[in-house]
Amino acid sequence: MTDLTDLTLAEARDALAKKKISALDLANAQIAQIERARALNAFVTETPDVARAMAIESDARIARGEAGPLEGMPLGIKDLYCTAGVQTTAGSHILEGFTPAYESTVSANLWRDGAVMLGKLNLDEFAMGSSNETSYFGPVISPWRRQGANAALVPGGSSGGSSAAVAAHLCFGATATDTGGSIRQPAAFTGTVGIKPTYGRCSRWGIVAFASSLDQAGPIARTVRDAAILLRSMAGHDPKDTTSVNVPVPDYEAAVGRSIKGMKIGIPKEYRLDGMSPEIEKLWDQGIAWMKEAGASIVEISLPHTRYALPAYYIVAPAEASSNLARYDGVRYGLRVPGKDIADMYESTRAAGFGKEVRRRIMIGTYVLSAGYYDAYYVRAQKIRTLIKRDFELAFADGVDAILTPATPSAAFGLGEKGSTDPVEMYLNDIFTVTVNMAGLPGIAVPAGTSSEGLPLGLQVIGRAFDEETLFAVAGAIEQAAPKVAPPPKWWAVGE
Amino acid sequence: MNTHAKPSKLIKGATGDFEVVIGMEIHAQVTSRSKLFSGASTVFGNEPNANVSLVDAAMPGMLPVINEECVAQAIRTGLGLEAQINLRSVFDRKNYFYPDLPQGYQISQYKSPIVGEGVVIVDVSPTEQIEVGIERLHLEQDAGKSLHDQSATESFVDLNRSGVALMEIVSKPDMRSSDEARAYVTKLRTILRYIGSCDGNMEQGSLRADVNVSVRRPGEPLGTRCEIKNVNSIRFIAQAIEVEARRQIGIIEDGGKIDQETRLFDPVRGETRSMRSKEEAHDYRYFPDPDLLPLEFDQDYVDALKAELPELPDAKKARFIKDYGLPAYDAGVLVADKETADYYEAAVKFGGASRDAKLVANWISGDVAAYANTQGLSVAQTHIRPGQIAGIVDLIADGTISGKIAKDVLAIIIAEDKDRVSGSLSAIEGSDTAAMSGSVSDPRAIVEARGMKQVTDTGAIAAAVDAIIAANPDKVAQAQAKPSMLGWFVGQVMKETGGKANPQAVNELLKSKLGI
Amino acid sequence: MSVDQATVRRIAHLARIKVSDEDVPHLQEELNAILNFVEELASVDVDGVEPMTSVMPMPMKKRRDEVTEGSIAKDIVANAPASEDHFFVVPKVVE
Repeated sequence: MTDLTDLTLAEARDALAKKKISALDLANAQIAQIERARALNAFVTETPDVARAMAIESDARIARGEAGPLEGMPLGIKDLYCTAGVQTTAGSHILEGFTPAYESTVSANLWRDGAVMLGKLNLDEFAMGSSNETSYFGPVISPWRRQGANAALVPGGSSGGSSAAVAAHLCFGATATDTGGSIRQPAAFTGTVGIKPTYGRCSRWGIVAFASSLDQAGPIARTVRDAAILLRSMAGHDPKDTTSVNVPVPDYEAAVGRSIKGMKIGIPKEYRLDGMSPEIEKLWDQGIAWMKEAGASIVEISLPHTRYALPAYYIVAPAEASSNLARYDGVRYGLRVPGKDIADMYESTRAAGFGKEVRRRIMIGTYVLSAGYYDAYYVRAQKIRTLIKRDFELAFADGVDAILTPATPSAAFGLGEKGSTDPVEMYLNDIFTVTVNMAGLPGIAVPAGTSSEGLPLGLQVIGRAFDEETLFAVAGAIEQAAPKVAPPPKWWAVGE
Repeated sequence: MNTHAKPSKLIKGATGDFEVVIGMEIHAQVTSRSKLFSGASTVFGNEPNANVSLVDAAMPGMLPVINEECVAQAIRTGLGLEAQINLRSVFDRKNYFYPDLPQGYQISQYKSPIVGEGVVIVDVSPTEQIEVGIERLHLEQDAGKSLHDQSATESFVDLNRSGVALMEIVSKPDMRSSDEARAYVTKLRTILRYIGSCDGNMEQGSLRADVNVSVRRPGEPLGTRCEIKNVNSIRFIAQAIEVEARRQIGIIEDGGKIDQETRLFDPVRGETRSMRSKEEAHDYRYFPDPDLLPLEFDQDYVDALKAELPELPDAKKARFIKDYGLPAYDAGVLVADKETADYYEAAVKFGGASRDAKLVANWISGDVAAYANTQGLSVAQTHIRPGQIAGIVDLIADGTISGKIAKDVLAIIIAEDKDRVSGSLSAIEGSDTAAMSGSVSDPRAIVEARGMKQVTDTGAIAAAVDAIIAANPDKVAQAQAKPSMLGWFVGQVMKETGGKANPQAVNELLKSKLGI
Repeated sequence: MSVDQATVRRIAHLARIKVSDEDVPHLQEELNAILNFVEELASVDVDGVEPMTSVMPMPMKKRRDEVTEGSIAKDIVANAPASEDHFFVVPKVVE
């Protein structure tokens, strides 16, 4: 038998259902992998005791015939999700040691369905970043390396711990969040599947807020089917989140493998950027060819405001963040740096507690909301958001079922390679993903090939609001058609 | 806005007259069980941080969900202010740092409030009525409380109030004297209490006023205003306006200029002082709260709330004038407190009988109110039941007792019923049984049992009259020369009969026997 | 639009983030790089366009007026850097 950790979540689930293995076996196998993989720095907090205790309960429920849909599945939780009794840091010094007395709705949904928690996954500080280099707890190292090279690569961000852990088989799946691409970009960088569902599909309650109108929870998984299984448990209406939408959650797994014959797939011409890497262009064309082979028709569409999405995002997201992060003031939880008076305490605490990128975004956000600049920046950006959403609505009104684009402008880059002098260089990573957040639509990143250096590359499928099923069907077709890529060799594994 | 200065309102300065211009922002705590955006209790005075949810403490990842009752209360209040109800309004974040503001922002309504322009009709005196325009009413969160006097180096923060719903009611600068301001707040409080959207309790901070004061010479454009923050009693509002107006006039007369600033009223020293420490570069960075959606409802919803509104003070006053023939001022006094007005009507209608409504009003606004005052209670809170007042008035009307004896009857009720009446004293709107339950004394029974009935038997009165005439021949002569002496004889007869003789009968008998 | 050093300091103070003198020049440079990046939005015609207020338009759900939370003062102050008798304790605030 292969290593249990090499099973997909669906396979492990089925094996467990047939009682071939126990939940405790699965948990122990993952705990062992995690312990050997500390070089990746994927976890901020490992919770092996919690995992074993939950697995034992899972086995008991299985024995009683009360297994839930995710019974015994060991998962990693992005450390942006509050977990009762377990430190929740958001990757920030300012929340180091913070132990909530409450559980986020989405993680609670997973436990309700029988899942097992392995620990809290590393991330960019407050989910601000595209490389996981802004975490106070150190960068996450991608399990992937360029062919014939040892240089450390980034796993993408902000859900870099999630993508690295899933790619390195440290867990069967992971929760993540996506504000501008933080699920899809790391998934594309690590050869995993990541879906950002429609805004309002998953509850934001108990997830540390970055930009409220853009943040959405979703899974990163090894296969499209696994992502579908996880999303079904994570999603659902939550009366505690005003922006959570009360619509039924379909059986996403049933959509995986569904034929895309007759579907109309839009190809937005504005995504063909000047200076686009030929590798990415080739990947995209390959994706288009697969769609045609699967019986879908291809139409060129226009999303004219695409180019404004990223700049508008860098107004809206920092503005909301500057306000959302005001609560970290050293009064009720987290870090406090003493000061000569209350104002000095605030300023010292926030200077020491927030990292450079977070401080930068808070300042930009504060500036664009300040008197005299609000209309020119914030209001204008929100108007442009209306235009971006309208672009998509028009395309879908024309009968397009889904839109196919590249997920990222490049393959994973090296640690310290980007953004050290110009922050905007890093921001450009989200160029293909951010429009989806601005419009609130669902988007999925699915592995579609490799770069010349042997690194994973992903395609993105964008769908109508609340039509994640079509995304799973189209992503499933891409997964089917794409060449199988072997997982990265476990260079990190200690003691193997 | 009042454009012409009223001479009677002007304040005399050393160099001439000044007009004071006043506008107010009232923060009224919404009456609701739970907070505006959380399920924590709004009860006052609990243990520190006991009425605090994870949302109120702004724990990471917490989200607001609006309380529908707070929305309804704001709409009801808007209707009571004859104001425009906005079917779409927006919640904004007002960003600033303060230890009792856990989120680092207050959720408020900035550009699009739930209620727009309205008007309040204010009785300043028996003869003067003004209209005060309402600029807007919006919903917002209250902050927590910092205690500064527990330690020399530390402040203690309690978030029990954090997130409680407030209505900020902004008036136009339509008031021209402290009396007008006082009358406005009083009237506003009456309206809020009628509607039940705020208990109006200023001591507990349920109603706080920020008072904007400026002065100008009559006819000149508006002067620079100062905002006096957080004044917490109607008396202090009036005092603060007086001293602030004087301060500003003094500066202007000395050739100075008023700085627009926030000030604090110190009732102990009787002065306002600058809060410059709070003045530093405010830039609240308002923007729509992305955790919430626009607040929208339809006209049907507003109409349904309107249909359920109780009769409001102005309507009740008009009805009292029309139905009970009360003078406007008397009606105004009765309706100022809803329970007093209900008490009054219960007394007027007690037992399904009809009685002299004006007389009932006099008793309630007179003797009963006077007694209530001495006890620090409202009329309805006293143990005197409306049915007892009705009984007293009936006894006077049917000639059983005189007005003087009636006061004795009331005194007996006050003295003797006090300890017997317990339980729900506010139950005066319902049945007559509640208006005069078994545990209180029936005035008629008191009169019977204590022989307080008026003597109308002319035989008995005639005997007393004859005796007094016989005993006082000199006075008889005087009275015949000077009929105003009659009063002396009346007094003697009343004394003789223990006050129970029917005064009218005494008068008539005396007149005929004395031949005047 | 670009920010000068005084603005950087003002913004930092508004955001309650202490900046040292040596931080100011590079912060200024970074903020201006971002502002420069968003500059092209000024060229978009947004006449008559409503600013987005909710990504998924729907009626705002409301809570019933019930007391469902509270009486967890211990949990509320459990993570506080300083607390006493269930109060949060902060350096003295001068009113």
